[in-house]
Amino acid sequence: MTQTPFLSRLWIPVVLLAIAAPWLISGYELSLLGRFLAMSILAIGLMLVWGEAGILTLGQGVFFGLGGYALAIHMKLAGLEPGSLPDFMEWSGITALPWWWVPFKSPVLATLMVVVVPGVFAGFFSWLVFRRRVVGVYFALITQALALSFATLLVSQQGATGGFNGLTNFQTLYGFDLNAARAPVVLYWVTLALVVVCFAGVRWLIRSRFGMLLRATRDGENRVRFLGYDTTPYKVVAFTLAAMLAGIGGALFTLHAGVISPALVGVVPSIEMVVWVAVGGRGSLWGAVIGTLAVNFAKDEISSYLPGAWLYVLGLVFILVVGFLPRGIMGLAEDLTRRSARKPQPQPVEAPQ
Amino acid sequence: MLDLPLLIGQVFNGFSVASLVVLAALGLALSFGLMRVINMAHGEMLMLGGYLAYLTFLVVPGPLALLVAMPVAFVGAAAVGAVIEVSVIHRLSSRPLDTLLATWGTSLILQQGARDVFGPIGVSVTAPDWLNHSFAIASGPLAGLSLPATRLFILLVAVVVLAALGLFIAKSRIGLLVRAVNQDRMMAAASGINVRQVDLAVFCLGSGIAGLAGVVLALLGPVTPSVGQSYIVPAFLVVILGGLGSMVGTTIAALILGLVSALSQIFLDVSMSQVLVLVFVIVFLQFRPQGVIAVRSRALEE
Repeated sequence: MTQTPFLSRLWIPVVLLAIAAPWLISGYELSLLGRFLAMSILAIGLMLVWGEAGILTLGQGVFFGLGGYALAIHMKLAGLEPGSLPDFMEWSGITALPWWWVPFKSPVLATLMVVVVPGVFAGFFSWLVFRRRVVGVYFALITQALALSFATLLVSQQGATGGFNGLTNFQTLYGFDLNAARAPVVLYWVTLALVVVCFAGVRWLIRSRFGMLLRATRDGENRVRFLGYDTTPYKVVAFTLAAMLAGIGGALFTLHAGVISPALVGVVPSIEMVVWVAVGGRGSLWGAVIGTLAVNFAKDEISSYLPGAWLYVLGLVFILVVGFLPRGIMGLAEDLTRRSARKPQPQPVEAPQ
Repeated sequence: MLDLPLLIGQVFNGFSVASLVVLAALGLALSFGLMRVINMAHGEMLMLGGYLAYLTFLVVPGPLALLVAMPVAFVGAAAVGAVIEVSVIHRLSSRPLDTLLATWGTSLILQQGARDVFGPIGVSVTAPDWLNHSFAIASGPLAGLSLPATRLFILLVAVVVLAALGLFIAKSRIGLLVRAVNQDRMMAAASGINVRQVDLAVFCLGSGIAGLAGVVLALLGPVTPSVGQSYIVPAFLVVILGGLGSMVGTTIAALILGLVSALSQIFLDVSMSQVLVLVFVIVFLQFRPQGVIAVRSRALEE
């Protein structure tokens, strides 16, 4: 993990500033900030699995989507008159609720599902793949195929998932009115609190023995095996935790954006999630959060002025960051502060592949 | 309930899907075998081949347009492939996962470029008359079976390309160098082979073959900026299933996946069959994690 002393000392003012944001910025900016903070929970998980464990996954959108859909299904059901069906089901000619929608009626169960469904699915999937020592590029490509299958499946099961349009038009959650005037601010604070909790949790984890073993596995998996460790469970746990964080991020995103749809979880969004972390710096938790905010605010700005230009920018950022700035913004910041402190420190040596 | 014409028709479809995917996957597999690098912009070579076919059909009217389009697409895609190899892939080749990301950035730029030049809606190529019919069987036990000529043509292209490539690798001098680098990169370099040139040549060759696949693709449906994306994920799965950079493995894997996909579509819709193909790959890796053709090696890490 990259040490970032100046930010470790600054975290209290940063969090205080973030708490005060509703009074400092406009409602529109706050809604964007809340949404991007929700996404940064996913980025924190991605930093754990990619930055620490060295497992590149191009399918985080799947777990983001599972979390998002879990909460969205509950909100769809919560807003219904007794005995009626969600609007899109009636349009598709469905007459009875699909059996797997039923458990989501309970708010407690649905909230649990936000982490349990992505967690169980990711755990089983990654155990199958990692136990046969399928790693690196192979794993990345399989997760991409997973994202493609998930998105096409969602589109094709129109009657049960809302198809291409996804699920939208939510009214209430836990008995609170989502259209109330205070709702966006409360939602923002809840999101911020969850970001802080997830950040602190993952920070604790990567400083533990577990984190050390993940980094060791990243740098020389066979060497770790020869020391007597079975690396598979470590990687499965890291991947599963990242998926659960993605699920939380997806659920919060669905609340902020008011919609979850296949276009938000497929191949392209999944790989965009990797850009957030790459830009911020894959070796740093702060980098994951800062990268998510930076990339998405930039996307919002650029798309509103030049709609076609965003993909050029995204593509170029990808090539340039990976090619010239593999440690992202945080790596750059670290180099600059080090140079100004005139304290030459040993550079980390890249492990041979 | 299984009727024979439907079954044979789907097997035939499976073969024609497999031939497209194998053309798309060959370049990926060859470069992966040599450099352990996957080019995510490879799908855009198909797209480029498709658009080059479209342009050729505009310039060269008549029944021979298709025969002109194929070399044009091959050379065009190979040239663009060379630019990508030199500018992005070679620089990052020691970091395979980062190469994946950087080439994905390249793919985004190429797609958006195509969108700006040709528009977001696809362009179409009219297949020449000699491909515009199908072989239908009207009577007998196979009544109702119909084999479109374009799909037979795809099969033919794939067989010819595979045979030519196989001969090239097995018999030519460059093929010898490719095999040498594939077996042991360091020893090859030590015995004076210009490894760098071999990498580049193989990459161009693979991109060119993808360009050819693009021409064939244009005969089947409209060429859109994202046309490559729909074929590239199956091609990646084929590379995984086929084993490290083996041509035979890639071909077998493409046939397996094409048949699994086409036969499952008798019972399932397209999206479910896509899921089934992925499940099949994961289950297959449980038994043969090295893929269809495993390279025997005493090396611990590839």
